[in-house]
This record gives sequence, structure tokens and C-alpha cells, in this order.
Amino acid sequence: MIVTLAILIPMLGAALCVVAWGHIRTQHAIGIASALGLCAVAATLIYRTSVDGTQVVAMGGWATPYGIALVADRFSAIMVSLAAIVGLAVAIYSVGATDRQRASYGHVPLVLAMIAAVCGAFLSGDLFNLYVWFELMLLSSFVLLTLGGERPQLEGAIKYVALNLFSSIVFLATTGVIYATVGTLNMAHLAERLDALENPMLATSLGAPLLVAFGIKAAVFPFFFWLPASYHTPPPVVSALFAGLLTKVGVYSLIRATTLLFDQEQVYVGHAMLVVAALTMVTGVFGAVTQNDMRRILSFHIVSQIGYMLMGLGVALTLAETPGAEDAAALAMVGSVFYIMHHIVVKTNLFLIAGAVIRVRGTSDLKSLGGIVSTHPFLSILFLISSLSLAGIPILSGFWAKLVLVRAGLEAGAFWIVGVSLAVSLLTLFSMMKIWTRGFWGAAPEQASPAGEQAGGSGLAMVYLPIVGLALITLAIGFGAPAIYDVAVAAAADLLDPEVYIRAVLPRAVGAIPEVAGGAS
Amino acid sequence: MMLLLAVSVGVLFATGTYMMMRRSLVKLVIGLALVGHAANLLIYTGARPLRGRPPLVETGESVPPAPFSDPLPAALVLTAIVIGFGIVSYTVVLVKRAYQDVGSDDLHDYTKTDCA
Repeated sequence: MIVTLAILIPMLGAALCVVAWGHIRTQHAIGIASALGLCAVAATLIYRTSVDGTQVVAMGGWATPYGIALVADRFSAIMVSLAAIVGLAVAIYSVGATDRQRASYGHVPLVLAMIAAVCGAFLSGDLFNLYVWFELMLLSSFVLLTLGGERPQLEGAIKYVALNLFSSIVFLATTGVIYATVGTLNMAHLAERLDALENPMLATSLGAPLLVAFGIKAAVFPFFFWLPASYHTPPPVVSALFAGLLTKVGVYSLIRATTLLFDQEQVYVGHAMLVVAALTMVTGVFGAVTQNDMRRILSFHIVSQIGYMLMGLGVALTLAETPGAEDAAALAMVGSVFYIMHHIVVKTNLFLIAGAVIRVRGTSDLKSLGGIVSTHPFLSILFLISSLSLAGIPILSGFWAKLVLVRAGLEAGAFWIVGVSLAVSLLTLFSMMKIWTRGFWGAAPEQASPAGEQAGGSGLAMVYLPIVGLALITLAIGFGAPAIYDVAVAAAADLLDPEVYIRAVLPRAVGAIPEVAGGAS
Repeated sequence: MMLLLAVSVGVLFATGTYMMMRRSLVKLVIGLALVGHAANLLIYTGARPLRGRPPLVETGESVPPAPFSDPLPAALVLTAIVIGFGIVSYTVVLVKRAYQDVGSDDLHDYTKTDCA
């Protein structure tokens, strides 16, 4: 029941917003209320999954594996809570930052629909159902991206839409082929049947296009071009929502696919994953170093950071068949989960701060910024907390995430990837300091700020509130690292033992489904 | 029948991919639609469709008389077609708006978001 609520609440909120079309204040209130509700559900979900184990709901009363199941293990519960936190921050920020035109064309219901779809993707226990959530998420994001219809938005949207639609089609086609081969779509059942295939290479080749499709969504190395072309074009609050959640759904699916479904040749997949992770980290951070606009820099850093999440996953996979390496593999997986938790909070906040900078100065271009420290010291401190955390300065959340990853890499003997990740960290610090020295430090530019300030008032408070909240969460992850670490350990344990997931969904082994007609035509 | 379907899927994927790689935005949309159809047809082919043999269960039986084709992919395809329709409609409107703003159908003129 509680699992269904995580999707129902934002969905219902979106529907109510449509009923209240034109009443912007009411819509904002519904948005915040739904996000609060989702936070409560997410907290319950974390509690229930840690006490009672994996939660399974068979939709419509159709028993698994025949019906569509919603499954929440401890990893899904964490992802849903992160979506809830981002949703709440964005819902509050929207009150102060969304202009009348965009608000009256449905900004709030679209945000809620997207969050519902993201939660759906995190909870889905059925491959085709996952595709449907992906599409729902994409459609909401398409409209959010283009809402307002400015020229850069439209140009960015075309690149975003084309590549993401292509990935959806690959996903859909692969789903069809997988069903035709093994005859089921329920993920737990799929995991069993793929393991039962005579030739493990068949499973891997079924999985490969799926990994490509998820890779495009996650913006990994050869497929990331849509992200830096589009993420800086919509209003900052929309960028923040995308930055926090969209690519992470891709990462979530990659983790699920490699640990649950296609775990037949993990070592081989793991080595490929490590190469992709390294290239993603390096190209992302080099892209960021060459940019001169806060939001463009941050967009490239998303790509770079996806590499870290895949690094943990890759190290864990390469160790799958090494006897005695269970601890190192678990540690690497913990690193991935911890990194995702830290990254979603910090990245969303950095984009929200970029939005606040645009609000007070009218631009996020570093060439025409400067001296924010003297005019807005509080905002500068908030930026410093998040940016240093992203770079991995000790005590802040990013440090612990990277520490765990590096330790796991060293224990696994994957020294080259550790070297790459540390070098990329240094470059991340460099580009964060570039934003700091050029944007926040130094003298303010000659001409006074055109927009901003006077438009502030109560709106500005609503802009600061979520930024402060997310910065506090970053600090809490940093100072309360042991507690967060334990949560990540529990999630990683669920991920590394697919039996937990499979037995929760299918308490007993399912008999063979009657054979379908052979190839005769 | 399987051969015909297999060839159609292949031709659709090939033409769609070719269209997507052209510089024209209209061709991009056509390409996306074609590749989408290819994927739908591929799923349908996965059901190993048989002529004139609906998978109906006789009274007192629990499985349809063999050989029968799998009815589930048809349901999947139906969902995929509806989603695909919505997405292609959105893309058509997007391309039209972009054409009005940029004044060109050539992707090389879409340079506003390029990373200089």
C-alpha cells in the first residue's frame, strides 16, 4: 500500500493542479503539499523496507509474475526519498522563481507528473512498466524543457528529444526481444529465467542494447551530448529538477540491470563499465573546465559525476567472481549508493544557487559576474558548502562518497581507475574555484545589476529556503556520515544479493509457463 | 509471414536510422516515427503470430489448442503505439515552433546551445 502511495500522491497532486488550472497560488500549495506527502511516504518506506524487508505490491491483485509488480527494496526506498527531497525543494523554489506565464501553462502539474514518473521508475518491478515510466518522465521533461518557448530552449530541446527518444526506442525494441526470448517481463522472474539460459552470452547480448539505452539516459561517455546542449536552457528550477533526478533514473536502471537481470557475465560487463566510467569522468570534467557559464559548467559536471557512480558499480561487478573479495565488492557498491545520495542533493542545490545568482544579478555568465561575496555573503557561503562538497573536501558529503569509492578501488587493485578519479576530483575543485574566484570573489562589474533584487520580497525567501535546506542536508550527510553509510550498506547488500529481490517477488519458484507455438508461420 | 515481418522490421529500422542522420529536422521526425514503428513491429513479431488461430481457451481447458501465438505482445504494442503517437505529435509541434523561431530546417543553423 505504502509503495503505491509514492506514485499516487504526486500523480493525484498533478491531477488536482489541472482541476485548479489558472489558480497559480492553489497549484503551488498543492505542489508543496504533495511533495511533503511524498516525503512522509518515503520516510515510511525507508522504515518499512529496513524493518520488514523488501515490499512488494501486485497491482490489480494479479499475482506475480503475471501481473505488474511494484517492488521497493532498500535501494529503491533511498531513491524515492531523494526524489521526494528534490521534489520538495523544487516545489518551494518554484513559488518564488516561476514567472506568471510559465506557471499558468502548467509548471507545477508537470513537475509533479515528472516526480510521479521518477518514483514509478524507481519502484517498478516489471521491465515494460519501467519503459512506460521512462516515457512518462520524458514527456513531462520535454514540456518542462520547452515551456516558455525561448529560442535556446527550443534548440536544446530538439537535441534532447531526438537522443532520448532514440534511447526509448532501443529500450522498447530490446524489451520486445527479451520477452520473445525468455517469455516474461517481471524483473524477478526475468532474473531467474535469464540465469537458466543455456548460453550466458545470449543473456549478455540481450542486455547490451538495454545498457546502451540506459546509458543514453544516464548521459555516459559516448552518449552524453544531449545533456550539456540542453540543461542550461530552461529556467534554473527546471534545470535543478533535471540535474537531480533524470540522469539518476538512468543510473538506477543500469545498476538494476547489471546486478539483478544480466548478472551472468558480471566480470566482463564490469571491465567495460570501468572504461566507460573513466571516459565519462574525464570528458565531463574537461568539458566543464572550458566553459564560462555557471550553469554550463555544472551541466558538464553532471556527466563527470555519473562516472563516479558507475565506477563503484564497475568495481563491484569486476569482483563478482573473485573468491574472498565480497567485502571489497560490497564496499564499491556502497560507494556508488553513497555517491548517488550525495550527488542528487548537492547538484540540485548548485543549480538552485545558480538560479538565485541569476535572480540577483540577471546572468550566470562568469565574465559579467563578480563580487557576490560582498553583496550576498550568505548565498556565497551556501555555494561554498555545496561546491566544496562536490569537489570532495573533507568533512563534507562528497569527501566520504569519494573516500569509500577510492578505498574500494584500492582494495580491488583497480589502481588506474582510482588515479583517474582522483585527478578528475582535482579538476572538479579547479572548476568550482573558477566559479568562486570569477563569480563570487573579486570586484562587482561596473554596471549595476539590471534585473533582480527589487523583484525579491517574499519571493526571495522562498528561493533561499530550499537552498538552505539542501545545504543543511549536505552538511548532515557530511557530519552524520556513519549513519548514512549504514543506510548505504543496507541498500548495497540488497543489490549484491539478487536472491533477496527475487524471493520477495516470487516467494516460491514459478512453474514453467506453457510453451508458445514455435516458429512455424 | 515471419519472413515478411522480419524484412519489414529491418527495412523500417534502416530507413528510419538513415532519415535520423540527415540534417533536416523534418526528416529527423520522420526517422523517429519510422524507427518507432520498427520497434513496435519487432515486438509484435516476437509473438510468433499465426494466421487464423486466435489464442482462445476452449471450455474446460486451461490452455488454448496448440499451436497458438502469444497474445501479450499485442497488448504491449498497443501501449507502445499510444505512447509513440503522443511523442511524435509533440516532436512535430516542437520542430514547427523551432522552425518559426530559427527560420531554418537545417540542423547546422541550430547553434545557440553549442558549447563555444
